Amino acid sequence: MDWIYNFPDMSRSDLRDFKKSVDFAFTNFSRTYGEAIESFFEPLLMFLVWFEKFFINTPWPLIVFGILLLAWVGSRSVVVVLGTFISFMLIGYFGMWEDTMSTLAIILVATFLCISIGIPLGIAMARSNKIQAFVVPILDIMQTIPSFVYLIPVVMLLGIGKVPGLIAVCIYAIPPIVRLTNLGIRLVDKDVLEAADSFGANYWQKLFGVQIPLALPTIFAGVNQTIMMALAMVVIASMIGVKGLGLPVLQAISNQYLALGLMNGLAIVILAIIFDRVTQKFGLRMQKYRNEGKD
Amino acid sequence: MDSKNILIKVNQLYKIFGKGDKSALDLVKKGMGKDELLEKSNCVLGLNNINLNINRGKIQVVMGLSGSGKSTLIRHLNRLIEPTSGEILFNDTNILNLTPKELIQFRQNNMSMVFQKFALFPHKTVLQNVGYGLAIQNISKDEWYEKAQRWIKRVGLDGYETYYPGQLSGGMQQRVGLARALATDAEILLMDEAFSALDPLIRSEMQNILLDLQSELHKTIIFITHDLDEALKIGDKIAILRDGSMVQDSDPQEIIMNPADEYVSDFIKDINRARVIQAKSIMTPTEAKSSGATVKEDMVLEEILQIMSDSPSKPVTIENSKGKITGRIEMVNLIEGMKRPKSLGTNITG
Repeated sequence: MDWIYNFPDMSRSDLRDFKKSVDFAFTNFSRTYGEAIESFFEPLLMFLVWFEKFFINTPWPLIVFGILLLAWVGSRSVVVVLGTFISFMLIGYFGMWEDTMSTLAIILVATFLCISIGIPLGIAMARSNKIQAFVVPILDIMQTIPSFVYLIPVVMLLGIGKVPGLIAVCIYAIPPIVRLTNLGIRLVDKDVLEAADSFGANYWQKLFGVQIPLALPTIFAGVNQTIMMALAMVVIASMIGVKGLGLPVLQAISNQYLALGLMNGLAIVILAIIFDRVTQKFGLRMQKYRNEGKD
Repeated sequence: MDSKNILIKVNQLYKIFGKGDKSALDLVKKGMGKDELLEKSNCVLGLNNINLNINRGKIQVVMGLSGSGKSTLIRHLNRLIEPTSGEILFNDTNILNLTPKELIQFRQNNMSMVFQKFALFPHKTVLQNVGYGLAIQNISKDEWYEKAQRWIKRVGLDGYETYYPGQLSGGMQQRVGLARALATDAEILLMDEAFSALDPLIRSEMQNILLDLQSELHKTIIFITHDLDEALKIGDKIAILRDGSMVQDSDPQEIIMNPADEYVSDFIKDINRARVIQAKSIMTPTEAKSSGATVKEDMVLEEILQIMSDSPSKPVTIENSKGKITGRIEMVNLIEGMKRPKSLGTNITG
């Protein structure tokens, strides 16, 4: 009756061999293909580095002006623009300008990547139940697996640096945009699609003329969530060599620097709030036609 | 009606929803009914051996209670729903054999549709909605703007071009729907309970707009409704569906005078017969002139009654639209005509 009290598990040596062989196989894989994969991501790295340098090297008043302009275009709200202005002045005054610019660069590149992969993937999912059934579990894994777990293979493959950090951020941040694009398109009123069909619209005319425009508010909620999650990942990404606001936070944790941690943490929060308000207001404006009542 | 006037011919059309529809089809062809089929094979019988000839330039009404298959039938005509078996001939082309590309062409050029719930594009303005059918044909913007503008005016919505559908009332929205369908110049107009969602006054107004347009455009209209008054008002021919089967397809007068079965009788039992039955349906055919006044053969009984009440004993003379005498009506005919046929199961007591 021993097996009732002790789970009939693998013997220790078998387990050790099993783990060893997995590790060995992956090490081999990364030795063989690591360089190829690294060179595959080379353009991405160059883009990211260029982008970061652009942010850091441009005179700060220009950057502030540009950000305020974007905030205005996005939100059309004086309060949001004013809040953005004050926030960035404070960030600069407390000496976090450069880190903030680095973070801004990686967030923007990550968001851009997530959108350009996530939206087409979401569209494909909305079109086919098979693709949806295949992708949803993968998204579930991406959202629930502890980020440290996928940091291991990423670092083994690409080492420490910006690109692995970017990939880690993207793995964490891409699920909402994919899910919400899929959802938004699937939720488009069947009657309206039928009308488009009855007038002889083809697949692409329906997609770009009816489905995406009507799904846009939902898709935009996805973009908003993706940005938020990318920001949340900044600290963890700094563990594998991403510069920016996350790094001081990491130092603060290991050295118990309360002020340093708070300052940088709050800077991340401020960025998140600004991104959120601007994109949300923009999303609301896109669905203006829904909010106007009957006359 | 000779075959030249027939624009659409539906032959032995069957539609069965659900898995295993082909084997279910055999059961239906052997005579299995809707309920039994659902129980035996878990399939829903949508349409059961529909045969229908739709005349060019006329309004064909398809009537039935909800679930009778009328919306399913109309969606077969532009293949929004694919049939299980049968054929639909449009000018001798079987619509069901069209390739996807040809089907898109066909929908763009030959058929357009008006929907019960309007189904307007909420993110497009009135102008963009009306021009939609044209815009997707890659017609130049100037051209479709101009055409759309004209149709907006024609349905009485000028000034509303830049409004969004959400800003308009139900009646106005359906005018947009109508203009959108007319803008493509398709010769066939499918109207799926187009006015059912509107309140009675607006509905009547829309019916008048439609009849007015029809007198000028002579489209072939397939009009779905569950409202008999509406059917009688606008239909040149009325087909009645029940549980996916065609019960009767004939002239409106014929339906009232000779309902095919209890189901049709039930349908017509509440109508005001004096207001819909026309002289020609109850007259005694004769070419001799009678002693009373002369009236046209499409005059309804109510009006004849007004005329006859002055001198009840004199029968009226009936003439056709060309002025030729075709019959005579006596007071007793009028009373007989207004009375519901025996088969209707009158529930008058005392």
